[in-house]
Amino acid sequence: MHGYYGTYLTVVVLFAIGAAIVGGAFLANRALRPHRPTPEKLTTYECGVDPVGEGWAQSYVRYYVFAYLYVVFAVDAVFLFPWATVFSAKGYGYVTLGEMFVFLAFIAAGLAYAWKKGVLGWV
Amino acid sequence: MSETHVLAEGATLNSFGHDPWWIIGLKALVVFVFLLLTVLITVWAERRIIGRMQLRPGPNRAGPFGILQALFDGIKGALKEDIVPRGVDKVVFFLAPILAAAPAMVSFSVIPWGGVVSIGGHKTPLQLADLPVAVLLPLAMASIGVYGFVLAGWSSMSPYALLGGLRSSAQVISYEIAMGLSFVAVFLFSGTLSTSEIVAAQAHGTAFKVAGMTLHTPSWYAVLLLPSFIIYIFTMMGESGRIPFDLPEGEGELVAGYHTEYSSLKFMMFYLAEYVNMTTLSALCTTLFLGGYRAPWPITWFWSGANSGWWPVLWFLIKIWMFTFFFIWLRAALPRVRYDQLMKLGWKVLIPVSLGWILFVSVVRALRNEHHDVGPIMIVAAIIVVLLLIASFLWERVSASEAQPEEAEAAAEQDPMAGGFPVPPLDAPHYHGVGNGRAPNSAEATRA
Repeated sequence: MHGYYGTYLTVVVLFAIGAAIVGGAFLANRALRPHRPTPEKLTTYECGVDPVGEGWAQSYVRYYVFAYLYVVFAVDAVFLFPWATVFSAKGYGYVTLGEMFVFLAFIAAGLAYAWKKGVLGWV
Repeated sequence: MSETHVLAEGATLNSFGHDPWWIIGLKALVVFVFLLLTVLITVWAERRIIGRMQLRPGPNRAGPFGILQALFDGIKGALKEDIVPRGVDKVVFFLAPILAAAPAMVSFSVIPWGGVVSIGGHKTPLQLADLPVAVLLPLAMASIGVYGFVLAGWSSMSPYALLGGLRSSAQVISYEIAMGLSFVAVFLFSGTLSTSEIVAAQAHGTAFKVAGMTLHTPSWYAVLLLPSFIIYIFTMMGESGRIPFDLPEGEGELVAGYHTEYSSLKFMMFYLAEYVNMTTLSALCTTLFLGGYRAPWPITWFWSGANSGWWPVLWFLIKIWMFTFFFIWLRAALPRVRYDQLMKLGWKVLIPVSLGWILFVSVVRALRNEHHDVGPIMIVAAIIVVLLLIASFLWERVSASEAQPEEAEAAAEQDPMAGGFPVPPLDAPHYHGVGNGRAPNSAEATRA
């Protein structure tokens, strides 16, 4: 429980307690709830109408663009965090600032490109 | 209050990792019980407050002021029949609600709810865990929580659920970027990602003397970094998936979104996740922007013991509940936005504004570190901001007047019943560079 990894261990403990609570809740739920399925009950809910076809509907393929953009920008944002913590320490002067400006310029260029391509707009 | 006294009460990274196992277990248990109780009270408070705002009583039968209503609803809901439709992917269908609820609770482990106190002779900080990268944990957990929503939608094999899950993921990941960026300015000032040290960094502003009295500049980042705070408030609404950004479960369009097919305890898990998320986001905001568990200024001014012992827990709870009330208030006051408005706000307003704000803050910090005068920079920045606002306003007026006829034309082109049943336009023309003018491709969104 000591040292650097000790603080991570507490997170593991929290996970274990959580798993126990969730498992216990589902067991109690299984033991106590009624279970009377009928074929109608087990159909997919489509507002009272019989479901058309099976499973999924066609959906906007463009959701994947946002996933790509997220990967790019979230990684970039994470790079900003360590920079922000050492930024005002001694020995990191204008050079550090300039470097991050270049980095942010690249991000901004990426965002501007996506913007120009029109992928940020929703039809 | 003397400086040494304050430092003795606040926790730092060094205060962690010395607890015996039973204190760690106790704190973990307290976090769980606190979150579950808060959810019950929040659900009740929400129904009562919205009832009052809509001139009706709200639940008032179960217990005094109906306070037991949420508890009874929870028990009743968990004991209902669990319907698992025929088509679903059973394993994923079962795991999704857990994946949604668990991360929301884990995030709370890095939130400090008090300074160092003595429990059974042990000095321990009132915070379950602190890491040198603590603030990353809530961000990471929010991303994992998205899996819960997406997988719930995917495994339900229902069009409503699938669309709800996709919407939810696109919304949460879009707003998470702006949320991460809004934190950067805080880290620039505090110089650390550890939550307890961010709270400690907000203990005092720089002192200055007026008429013989020593006064402090505001120390809360909500005041110092107001734009970051405002951006966080927006992203907090987006992340929580509540009104005005509750598109994933817009009942007019998607029944109940990703949890359409869920019932019984599994549905309660999603319900729990939403409300725990609300509490965690409020707590994170309190920690990063409102001085955490520290007493607000007028109280510390006449009461020097306000930050010692167990009192910080009270200030922490008050601050959290202010945010929870804010969530509820917005739900009663605002309509739901459209999905394109939501995405536009996230990508075209919040992210660019965050990037610009980070640049500005870092320049000011750098100049101040080198003891330069920051006055001219402020004036230049103010002029740039005003020019940008004017430009975006003009742009919006121009593009709005251009867009009208083209939109009507585009609507006429599409055959909404292609293939015998309604389908969305899958191949949007602007992906191929055609009709790019119709896509809202510029500063028309700068409605910050």
